Amino acid sequence: MSREQQAVQQARKAFLTGRSKPLDYRIKQLQNLKQFIKEKTTDIANAMRKDLHKTANATQLFEILGLEGEINLAVSKLAEWAAPRPVNKNLLTIADDVYIQPEPLGVVLIIGAWNYPIAVTLQPLVGAIAAGNAAVVKPSEVSSHTAKVLELLPLYLDPEMYQVVTGGVPETQELLRQRFDHIFYTGSSAVGKLVMEAAAHHLTPVTLELGGKSPCYIDKNCDIRIACRRITWGKYMNCGQTCIAPDYILCESSIQDKVINEIQKCIQEFYTNDPKSFADYGRIINQRHFKRIMALTEDSTVAIGGDSDESEFYIAPTVLRDVTPGSKVMQEEIFGPILPIVIVNDLKEAIQFINEREKPLALYVFSSSKKVIKQMISETSSGALVANDCLVHFTISDLPFGGVGNSGTGRYHGKYSFDQLSHLRSCLIKKLNMEGVNQMRYPPHTTEKLRWARVLLLKQVNLARWRQVAQVATLAALTVFVVQVRCSSKWVNVVNKS
Amino acid sequence: MEKQVVDGLREVFQSGRSRPLQYRKQQLGALHRLITEHQEDIEQALKQDLNRNTYNTSLFELISIENDIKLAESEMADWAAPRPVKKNLNSALDNVYIKPEPLGVVLIIGTWNYPWAMILQPLVGAIAAGNAAVLKPSELSEHSARLMKELLPLYLDKEMYQVVTGGVPETQELLRQRFDHIFYTGSSMVGKLVMEAAARHLTPVTLELGGKSPCYVDKNCDIAVACRRITWGKFANCGQTCIAPDYILCEPSIQDRIVEEIQKTLLEFYQTDPKSSPDYCRIINTRHFDRVLALMNECTIALGGESDRSQCYIAPTVLKDVLPHFKIMQEEIFGPLLPIVTVNGLSEAIQFINAREKPLALYVFSSDKTVIKRMLAETSSGGVTVNDVLMHYTVDTLPFGGVGNSGMGRYHGKHTFDQLSHHRACLIKSFAMEGLNDARYPPLTAARLRKAKFFMQHRLCSCSGICVWAVIATLLAIGLKDNVP
Repeated sequence: MSREQQAVQQARKAFLTGRSKPLDYRIKQLQNLKQFIKEKTTDIANAMRKDLHKTANATQLFEILGLEGEINLAVSKLAEWAAPRPVNKNLLTIADDVYIQPEPLGVVLIIGAWNYPIAVTLQPLVGAIAAGNAAVVKPSEVSSHTAKVLELLPLYLDPEMYQVVTGGVPETQELLRQRFDHIFYTGSSAVGKLVMEAAAHHLTPVTLELGGKSPCYIDKNCDIRIACRRITWGKYMNCGQTCIAPDYILCESSIQDKVINEIQKCIQEFYTNDPKSFADYGRIINQRHFKRIMALTEDSTVAIGGDSDESEFYIAPTVLRDVTPGSKVMQEEIFGPILPIVIVNDLKEAIQFINEREKPLALYVFSSSKKVIKQMISETSSGALVANDCLVHFTISDLPFGGVGNSGTGRYHGKYSFDQLSHLRSCLIKKLNMEGVNQMRYPPHTTEKLRWARVLLLKQVNLARWRQVAQVATLAALTVFVVQVRCSSKWVNVVNKS
Repeated sequence: MEKQVVDGLREVFQSGRSRPLQYRKQQLGALHRLITEHQEDIEQALKQDLNRNTYNTSLFELISIENDIKLAESEMADWAAPRPVKKNLNSALDNVYIKPEPLGVVLIIGTWNYPWAMILQPLVGAIAAGNAAVLKPSELSEHSARLMKELLPLYLDKEMYQVVTGGVPETQELLRQRFDHIFYTGSSMVGKLVMEAAARHLTPVTLELGGKSPCYVDKNCDIAVACRRITWGKFANCGQTCIAPDYILCEPSIQDRIVEEIQKTLLEFYQTDPKSSPDYCRIINTRHFDRVLALMNECTIALGGESDRSQCYIAPTVLKDVLPHFKIMQEEIFGPLLPIVTVNGLSEAIQFINAREKPLALYVFSSDKTVIKRMLAETSSGGVTVNDVLMHYTVDTLPFGGVGNSGMGRYHGKHTFDQLSHHRACLIKSFAMEGLNDARYPPLTAARLRKAKFFMQHRLCSCSGICVWAVIATLLAIGLKDNVP
């Protein structure tokens, strides 16, 4: 039996004991996960520095903080999330118990990515644990130092219930041959297809957090200076290796120079004159990606940056101008610190440009005009849309995070992670009395019986609305009571005075 | 041909015609008229396909479709509206919401047992969500397929919604095209092929599959009533219902009683000769007839067992003392055979169920709350009805779907709308308050980190509940003020 098979078997065996069902157990595991992060902060920070040249503060802000937030949210809300969820009934089921019961799925496979190796590997794990599942975690081998730290998870979590399997492509393929109850994959669309194909053999549902080219439209009616600050921040964070980084800019030719000037100012402000020696500027993950990204710039005009150093996998924050749709840099997701500017004549052309391409994971629009924003929203599609900023939707745990079309399927963060990794089981609890009502459905069938069936099935009872009505009525009654009391006491005062 | 159809639909979808709610409502209204004006034709087609009578057609198909259409028409504005979400301190001044959007072109592959409901209910959701759709009715229920192909273009926008008929080759060709969602109802085996095909285009899928839905009858229950309900659910549509109770689990001491009660009920429902009862259906075709009949081979017949191949008729049949390794326990029956497997109590029943694939439905009959509680807590299934069968299907606020081998995704009512929409996360910020953003920009000092942490970690709580209490408290305060000495 391969190591991967063993890991899955152990996890399933642990799951079948039922020990992950009680909420106490899940909360304990989540707290242990938090402890892991706290106690291994230095190890994680060091690993991130080696893998991606991230500073400790950047690791805190862009990986740890979000993860801690997710853990805290899950711990505080778990009882609510896991409780039966009552639903509106019809007349036929009015005396019955009707609700949706969230249940664990079983064994979840989580395949992480290398760009935010802690966040995108462990945030899904938070949802898996909260929902009562067992999990097999496969960190990306590309961020090898962080993968090593993640191997320490079994020292904190229930080691049979949550397994960590490291390795490369062969190990991942072996894992994908096993049967899981859900597969959560973060990575490229190309591999996403292979994951879904493998999942199909076992009818395993999948969540695929993929990528694409996230467009960034800058309207000429906007505060270009601020727009460029926010875009610069979002683009060059983690050296452009962010799935929701603004991939390329679309704008009218009249503002291209201003955009370039402003971005240059910001680069200088954020990363100094020499980003290479600045601690807060990252590096490309490895040589393969370094070469890939450099090749993308070959047929374009450099407006800012362009310098590089292969020995360090360093690529300067770069802006390309007058980029044509046919150029290399517009054929694939850049995932690096290269920011192409493509000229369009107006919003309509920008929308057309976006719609001719695959639906992106994120779409950014900078404009002071509500009309422009509205049009962009209604005439395009994307995983998410942010107006007048970049990336920050990732931090709002009540917003579902995920793609559409080529950028992915499924969503997570906050309660969405819990729901995504649960089975929401429909439950209808009836009693054995009132059998008379059922006559209308039994053969021999008659027109009269059918008439009754229609009435009972087609009328919905909206309990929420009844509750609202009751609330308003109570409030009204209370008001009347109060007014009455005050009036009568005023009257008493008047009488007393006289 | 199939590629042309899909490309054409995509072009029409991209024109934006299906975006306005008015258009969608119009189409739903037209669909409603289709089933009302052609009810008789539909009943006739089903009579030919499955020997279904008019009442059963209404009861099991048309009412559900009508319900979903009415619901979608009245609730669509609500469903399609932006859905606000909780913010954190960072986004306190922003517009944060989820916007449901159409996916694009949806492929709906129907099945033959409820040929109208299984295609039109998903279609209602597809239309309501603003999608275009290709419908592929099952060729096995050929009269219904032909009628659907003829009628749909007379009522719905034929450039936005098309019916493609045919068999396996046509379905395979369709599956080679690129869709934005595939909704498949049918067997688990074909479900795998559908998902595999979908994977090539990263197309999300809803798979409404099947399995063996167990039905546990506790010795503490009103066995007569339990058996009436089970008999109804099992033999409706001649057992060809994805959520029919597939087999019974019970203790040996009540097996004979169960057989007796089912016998009584069968007599009441279908009289002495079910073959001539207008309410008793037929098996869809001779292939399935042969398949179902063969399942009886090793079994002891307690009731029924008669058949007539020329009519694809199999009598309502109960088999007793069935053993786990019998052929009938290896596949979904999808026919009017009801095996009884005896177990020595609830624990063994639960173990039996958990040793098998997760079913689409699970039934438990008991007057004992602890029995019900344990059964629900220790098993998994798509849905559950306790003390009845099939009925969770009729509550449109309950999501209908499977888990594991019985499927993925869910639908009915609003769930169909949600399933066939993209829920786009939207965050609309302004250019103001740029100062607040300084905390996130490099250089990332400890001070900046502290500030950023503060803003990210505080959620804003829901206001409405607090407001109501605040108002009540204020009123009480005003009222009691003068009365406090």
